[in-house]
Amino acid sequence: MFDLERWEEIFETISKNKLRTFLTSLSVASGIFILVILLGIGEGMRNGISREFEQDAANILYVWTGSTSVGYKGMNPGRRIQMKNADYDFAVQKHQDELEYKSSMFRIWNGVVNYNKESGSYRVEGVLPDYQFLENSGMMSGRFINHNDHSGYEKVAVIGKRVNDDLFKGKQAVGEYIEISGINFKVIGVFTDPGGEREETRVYVPLSTAQRVFNGSNNINNMAFTLEKEESFEAALAASTRFSEQLQQFLKEQHTIAPEDTRAVVVNNSLENAKRFYDLMDMIKFFFWGVGICTIIAGIVGVSNIMLIIVKERTREIGVRKALGARPWSIVMMVLHESIFVTAIAGFVGLIGSLALLELVGPMIETQYIANPSVNFNVALSTVFILIIAGAVAGFFPAWRAARIKPIVALRDE
Amino acid sequence: MIEIKDLHKSYKTGGSSLHVLKGINFSVAEGELVSIMGSSGSGKSTLLNILGMLDEADEGTYTLDGVPIKNLNETVAARYRNKFLGFIFQSFNLISYKSALDNVALPLYYQGVKRKERMESAMNYLEKVGLKDWSSHLPNELSGGQKQRVAIARALASDPKVLLADEPTGALDSKTSYEVMDLIQEINEEGRTILIVTHEHDIAQMTKRIVNLKDGVIIDDTLVDQVKAQQYV
Ligand SMILES: Nc1ncnc2c1ncn2[C@@H]1O[C@H](COP(=O)(O)OP(=O)(O)O)[C@@H](O)[C@H]1O
Ligand SMILES: [Mg+2]
Repeated sequence: MFDLERWEEIFETISKNKLRTFLTSLSVASGIFILVILLGIGEGMRNGISREFEQDAANILYVWTGSTSVGYKGMNPGRRIQMKNADYDFAVQKHQDELEYKSSMFRIWNGVVNYNKESGSYRVEGVLPDYQFLENSGMMSGRFINHNDHSGYEKVAVIGKRVNDDLFKGKQAVGEYIEISGINFKVIGVFTDPGGEREETRVYVPLSTAQRVFNGSNNINNMAFTLEKEESFEAALAASTRFSEQLQQFLKEQHTIAPEDTRAVVVNNSLENAKRFYDLMDMIKFFFWGVGICTIIAGIVGVSNIMLIIVKERTREIGVRKALGARPWSIVMMVLHESIFVTAIAGFVGLIGSLALLELVGPMIETQYIANPSVNFNVALSTVFILIIAGAVAGFFPAWRAARIKPIVALRDE
Repeated sequence: MIEIKDLHKSYKTGGSSLHVLKGINFSVAEGELVSIMGSSGSGKSTLLNILGMLDEADEGTYTLDGVPIKNLNETVAARYRNKFLGFIFQSFNLISYKSALDNVALPLYYQGVKRKERMESAMNYLEKVGLKDWSSHLPNELSGGQKQRVAIARALASDPKVLLADEPTGALDSKTSYEVMDLIQEINEEGRTILIVTHEHDIAQMTKRIVNLKDGVIIDDTLVDQVKAQQYV
């Protein structure tokens, strides 16, 4: 490889055979170029679709409590279990790295809500800011509860669209005051919920406010969490199972519940939607891998063909060189050295060209289902190496055969 | 220098076998200039290719400069060709994308001579064949006679013991042929052993010995009064 004399010979051959070099380079460079752009678009689609359907991926866990079903440590069955703020705080602190969104909730069933003469009975829930994302609520107007509302015990409320329709009859609700069980709350937002009308008959207030004004002490009715996304559905399932088991174990110890009791603490996770999301991502991934592998195979076939043609074309020259005293091995090395050199340069040109294009044009492509097309540099680099090796292997066999045949046969070749 | 005994060679084409050389016995001493004559298809090229280790005989022995040539692998054959032999072909067989100088330097590349030395040496041989000013030209920019001179310079470059020429004037007009023969005679005068295959009598008369092939055997082997090509150029 570092034989200077041969490098000189190679450079001479390359510079004197521009068309051959150009054609080889073109096919290699364009192969790599197409592949990288394809992988980039694939990645862009994954990003775009991932963003579009992200919510479905949510691996949501709801935790609530009931009554014990078995006696434990001298206590009778049928004891009601009440979760506290401390339970939530501990869970959040212990699992902070795994959690994406988190909220606890304190519920007032049948809160009577009045606005002027209109009145209705709705579910009133004291929640934390993340609850918007856990419930996937959209804001029709105004905003959701934030951290200041919570820490300042603000008397503010976010009402469902249905509540808004019932009480305000089309009037602007944000900024108005409503009465919840006789206490004044300022409306700061109106939400919609993909779950439908029933879900929109709710009124959210800050958790702290709810616990204080409705005599909730530090009780909570349930907790909801989403876990960080995983690479695959299997990983997501494993993570949620592990989280759920640890949380149950902790709550059971905390509230003196028998380990085998399945009614006192319930953790429910809904991975149905998540499975659809992961399946979709897998499909996109497999599709582009398939296309990518086919492109590489096409590239390998292309390079092999070129090598075959080059060696065939040079048969007579090889015969002359052998008559002048070239050893078979030096013939093989001559062909390989040139092919590896040309393939490598062309491969990197294609690689850099396509990466530059992705870098320049990528950020401009912002359709609904493609976002930030980009490509893993290592994957692209490996592809170049695969093509170089393929070119070398593909070139080796014809070169070896040409180097073995009797010079007289090679010389007779037209 | 060259010694062959009972050399046989047949070509198998399809089912049939063509017996081309049927027991050739012949030897060449150092410094000889020999022509091998015979009608077309009589096996002249076949014999020369075997002598040049480009092809192998089926039977018989061949000794070149005291070295028995038998069952050589390609690597060893390559070394012997490079060290012992220089080839001149009817169709020149220059490498089309290399300049005259680079063509001449090629055998030296395969001898492992360093570039600078190689180029100097190649230039000397080009000067010897009168083509110093054409060194940077590609073969297709040269006339037939010039191409053959480049080929002769290339054959000489590795300083071989024997020059083998297969119809070196076959593609040239008679004036150019005599110029080439003049050069060959000059090289022979310096003591180099040369074998020329030809079917032209005037060319054969310019060598020192004529070997006549017919039906795969030597029917005649005579020394001749050499005609100097000089007088025709
Ligand atoms: N590679 C080959 N395969 C089959 N027959 C061949 C081959 N080379 C030469 N011949 C045959 O052998 C005979 C002698 O050929 P050759 O030595 O080239 O003759 P010359 O050079 O005297 O014209 C011819 O009949 C030719 O057709
Ligand atoms: Mg012939």
